[in-house]
Formats: sequence, structure tokens, C-alpha cells
Amino acid sequence: MNLRPDPTFHATPKLAMEAPPETLAFTLMLSPDGAQPDGLAVVDVNPASETYGQIVHQVIMPNTGDEFHHFGWNACSSSLSPLSGHAFLERRYLIIPGIRSSRIYIIDVKEPLKAKIHKIIEPEEVFAKTGYSRPHTIHCGPEGIYVSTLGGGGADGMDGPPGIFIMDCETFEILGRYEMDRGKQDKHYDFWWNLPRDYMVSSEWGLPPQFENGIVAEDLLANKYGHSIHFWNLRQRKNVQTIDLGANHQMALEIRPAHDPSRDYGFCGVVVDTTNLQGAIFTWWQKDDGSFEAKKTLTIDPRPEDAANLPPLLQGFGAVPPLITDIDLSLDDKYLYVSCWGLGEMHQYDVSDPMHPKLAGKVALGGIGRGTTHPNGKPFVFGPQMVEISRDGKRVYWTNSLYSTWDEQFYPGEEGGQMVMAHVGENGGLTLDKDFYVEFPKGYRSHQIRLEGGDCSTDSFCYPSV
Amino acid sequence: MDALTTATALWGAVVASGLYHGINPGMGWPLAVSAALMDRTPGALFRALVALALGHLVAMVAVLFPFAVLMFLVDWQRQIQIGAACLVIGLGIYLLINRRHPRFLARVPPSRLALWSFLAAMAHGAGLMLVPIYLGICQTLDSDAGHAAAATLMQGNLAVAASVAVAHTLAMTLAGGALALGVYHWLGLKFLSRSWFNLDVVWALSLILVGGLSLLLPH
Repeated sequence: MNLRPDPTFHATPKLAMEAPPETLAFTLMLSPDGAQPDGLAVVDVNPASETYGQIVHQVIMPNTGDEFHHFGWNACSSSLSPLSGHAFLERRYLIIPGIRSSRIYIIDVKEPLKAKIHKIIEPEEVFAKTGYSRPHTIHCGPEGIYVSTLGGGGADGMDGPPGIFIMDCETFEILGRYEMDRGKQDKHYDFWWNLPRDYMVSSEWGLPPQFENGIVAEDLLANKYGHSIHFWNLRQRKNVQTIDLGANHQMALEIRPAHDPSRDYGFCGVVVDTTNLQGAIFTWWQKDDGSFEAKKTLTIDPRPEDAANLPPLLQGFGAVPPLITDIDLSLDDKYLYVSCWGLGEMHQYDVSDPMHPKLAGKVALGGIGRGTTHPNGKPFVFGPQMVEISRDGKRVYWTNSLYSTWDEQFYPGEEGGQMVMAHVGENGGLTLDKDFYVEFPKGYRSHQIRLEGGDCSTDSFCYPSV
Repeated sequence: MDALTTATALWGAVVASGLYHGINPGMGWPLAVSAALMDRTPGALFRALVALALGHLVAMVAVLFPFAVLMFLVDWQRQIQIGAACLVIGLGIYLLINRRHPRFLARVPPSRLALWSFLAAMAHGAGLMLVPIYLGICQTLDSDAGHAAAATLMQGNLAVAASVAVAHTLAMTLAGGALALGVYHWLGLKFLSRSWFNLDVVWALSLILVGGLSLLLPH
């Protein structure tokens, strides 16, 4: 407990942008076959440092088979909210859930180069206290730490719907389920909110049997993956509206509300349209009467490809779908970054007008049937996946692994983990940094990135930028 | 000290604690700034301040009125005062040991500022802090209270309780409002994180101090 607010808490997105640039990044290390335990890599991202672009510390977990996917902070800028009175929390712990094991690690990164395990929450505790399994997205919010899950109870996670549970932000005790009334919500993936407007949005991937052993092609072609987004009254914990994006819009994944809470819109990335293999971005917005609407504002076309260059899963289509697996919005709400994991491209869109995104920059790296190498001549396996933007919006970092069994289906036989960085031009545009190329230790893939002092995909703010 | 000087000092304490509550960001002035920024109009700031003041006032009244009614039992004045002092000290010690913020406050929607203000004042013991001061005022005013008719006495106590609540809330609103306006118009939101000190310990200690003084001061 501090006497003053943590120096990384900022009242507005604009103030966060003016904060000192990051010098360290935290990146998840995944052992795809469970041969070794997963880990957390601390990466030096300070260009003035001698160890720039290197892994300077690792925290290796004591268990195998966790499958690290997404993670988050115990506290973010929302802790400065005058409603919740948590302004004296420290941004000190990373909450890392194992999506396959349902185990949760709390990592103390107060001294990043000596980062260590602070607490482990065993899966039995998650099951007993929530009835949920397969924890996924972490956000620090009004009532503590919110954790979305992808599975319900039982061995296959099909005993009841998945949802969100809340953890105490100081003791990391699991407090219980979030939902009072879930309405039509029966699948889960990402969630985020607008704190002063008091609403939350959640999205859908698929149920555990639809992702754990790889993508189920029949389910995909039968449009059985998630295709709705759900709006919630955040503090009443009630689903107030569900918008079906259309059954062909399979896998509505990342939710990115505008960071400035006075703005009433946000974005959602859709992995694939089963009618034409396009990827799509939907813009959703809140109307004056408080209800919500969503509209498809961007599509990205598939690329024709010789079947010989395609994995078995795609050979029948003769094309590479973009596969929008992650999106991220800069803190000024100006640029939306879109990972086209299948194409092997990172796109940058100017979303100053959120209803009309305009392509502002593009980088090719990796990709199905293409495998574009890095400017330094080294390989980049898979495609651009988890993306994180520096707070000042000038650097964009990304890694390449999606999910162990899915990596194998779309990129059979490929192995390795890389983390790269691109610079953002004054008026948009993306250029890969030739010298920043982090190769992960043998046997490890790389997943989500968190930046020292806060990120564009975790921090939420209670005050508008002025 | 004669009764008049004591009374003046006690009313001073009512106003001073109001200013103290007003300046404390935990009592809500940052919410008024947020309301004004979200609506992009200073009018929202004043509406928010009124809601915050109303919630605080109701909390003061809710705590003070039961004591005002109790004071009808003039023979037990000293015992009531000791009881009240112990309550305030007890809450101070509790807040000192249990430094966790009540989670239910975070569940109140930002649109219901008056309710939030009421609950925040109750949870932090803002109303209770006033009780010893209020009881002191009653003593200085009611030197011949024992002879007064019961009804008059009770009315008098209720009137004093109401005045204490109003004076305190006015002071709180002026102090908090001045800060909110300053941040909205001139200081900017950086002031929020720069000025926000953790008053938890100070707050708990001030409860113990107020309770302790009312126990120790001669009557």
C-alpha cells in the first residue's frame, strides 16, 4: 500500500502517453507439448541498454501443461477511480492463467530482474469457487481483478456456461462469479468496459471441445463457433443486450473499446467469415438511449494460394484467410493494429473516424504459404499474433504463436518463438526494426506481451483526455 | 474556558472537519471533475457537487439524529458521551487494522452520486466523527437543559444536530467544490494523481483523536 498513487497510474490516456517510455517487456513463454514448464520472459526493450532485445530474466513455473495464453496486471490506471478507492495499490503483480490447466500464477515483478512467483492458485480452487474453468483474460476493475474463462465445470468444461469471476486485488483470493443474469451468453472469450459509462462488452471464441484439440473444421463450416457480442450493465452484473454479428462471422475475439471514456464506441475483431474467408472488424457504439449497435466497418480479403503450399485444413479452399487473431488500439484511439495471422501481415488502420477505418501501414512477416523473413534475414514462424503498442504509440511489438494445437494445424511442422518490433511513422506507416528480434529458447513459443508501466490492451481510464 | 468560547471552538471544529472531508479525494470531489469532463460542461460539475453534498448531509443527519434524541436523557449525558467517544475510537481502530476499502462502494454506478456519497460517508465514519463535537455543543448550550420541558429540549437538540450537519456539509462542499473547479479549469488532471495522498491512516487516527479528546476533556 503506497502513500501516493503508483507512478504508473494515469488519470487519462493522454497522461499515460506522456509517461516515460517502457524499458522492459514481459512475454509469455509456452512449451507447446508440455515437455517443459511454461514461463515468463523479461525482455530488455531499452535501446540504450547493452542487453537491448535480449531476454534478461526468466521465471519458469513449477508445473507442466499449463498453456499460457493471456495475462494481465493486478492494478492499472482504473485503480485511480474515485469510486473504488484503490488508488494506493501497486502495479506490481502479473496474473498469469494457464488456459489448459486452469492454474493461476501471481508473479511479483516489483524487481523485474528478480521477478518471482508470489502465489499459485490451484485449479481445484478455481473449480470449487466459481464453477468455471480455463481462465483467459485478466482486467483490473472496480471490484478487484476480473478473469474471463472459456470453460464451465466438469472435465470437458461443458458443465454449464463459462463466464467471469472476480479475485481480490490484494490477497488474490477468488471471490466468486461475476454474472447475476447472463441472458443469452453461453460462450466466452474477451471482455472490456467503459468505467464511467458503466458498461462491459464480452465476446465469444468457442467451447473447450471446439478449441482444445485444434480447430474443429465441421463446427466452423456449420457456423458453430461464437459470433455474438454481449453488453452488460457493469455494476449490476446483468447482460443488457446481445448482438449477433451474423452466424457466418465465426469467432468474435478481441474487444477494444476507445480508451477515452467519453468516446462511445469500440472495436471487435472477427477471425473468419465462412462465406468468403474474409476477416472483419466490427465497430460497436452506444446510442443516446443507452442501447448498442454494431456494424461491419472493415473487411480483409483472403489471398489465393496454390493448394500445394497450404496446410491440409485449407487445401480445399485454395486460399489463405487473413485470420484476424488479435487487434490493439493505440492510447490516442487513432490507430487500430490488426494481426492477420494467416496472411502473415500486420496492418495499421487510421480509425480517427471509427466507422471508416483507413489502411495507414502494413508489414509482411511470416504467413501461410509465404513465410516472409525478418529484415535481418532470420525466419519468423507462423504469423503476427499477439500485438502490444507502447503507451506513446511509437512502437508496436508482436509475437507469433496463437494456441499450441492451432499453430500445428495452420503451420504444420513449424517451430520456434519470436518477438519483433516495428516503428510507427509520424503520420502512420509501420517499419520493422532490423535490430529488435528476440529468439525464444529452444522448445518455447512466444505469446502475449505486457509492457512495464502498463499497456494499450489492459489499462482502462476513468477520466477523458483533455 | 467559558461556554461561549467553547461553543465557538466546537463550531469551528464542525467547519474544520467539513473542510477536511471536502479536500479528501475519497469523499468525492474527483467524481465531480469526472462528471464535468464526461458531459463536457461545467454544469455537470455543479450537479455532481449537489448530489455529493446531499448524500453527505443525509449521512450526517442519519448519524447525529439518534444521538439528538438520546440527549433527551439529560441525566445520562456523560454516559452517552463516553459511549459515543468509544464508538468513534472503535471505528478508528477498526479502520486502522482493516485497511481494505469496502467493495460495495465500487458497485455503486457513477450515475448515483448521492447514494455513493452517503455510503462513503457512512463507511468512513464521517458522520460518527461529528458526534463528539455535536455532543460538546449540546452541553455548552443546554446548561439549564435539565429544567427545560422534555419536548423543547428534544426540539432544541434536533435543531442543533441539523445545524451541525448543514454547517459541516456546506464547508465540505465549498472545499471539495473549490478543488474540483480548480482541477477542471486550471490545474488539470495531473493534479489528481499528484495531490492524491493516502489519507487512510490519517483518517483513522483523526477518528481516534476526536474520540479521545471528548473522553479526556473536562466537563
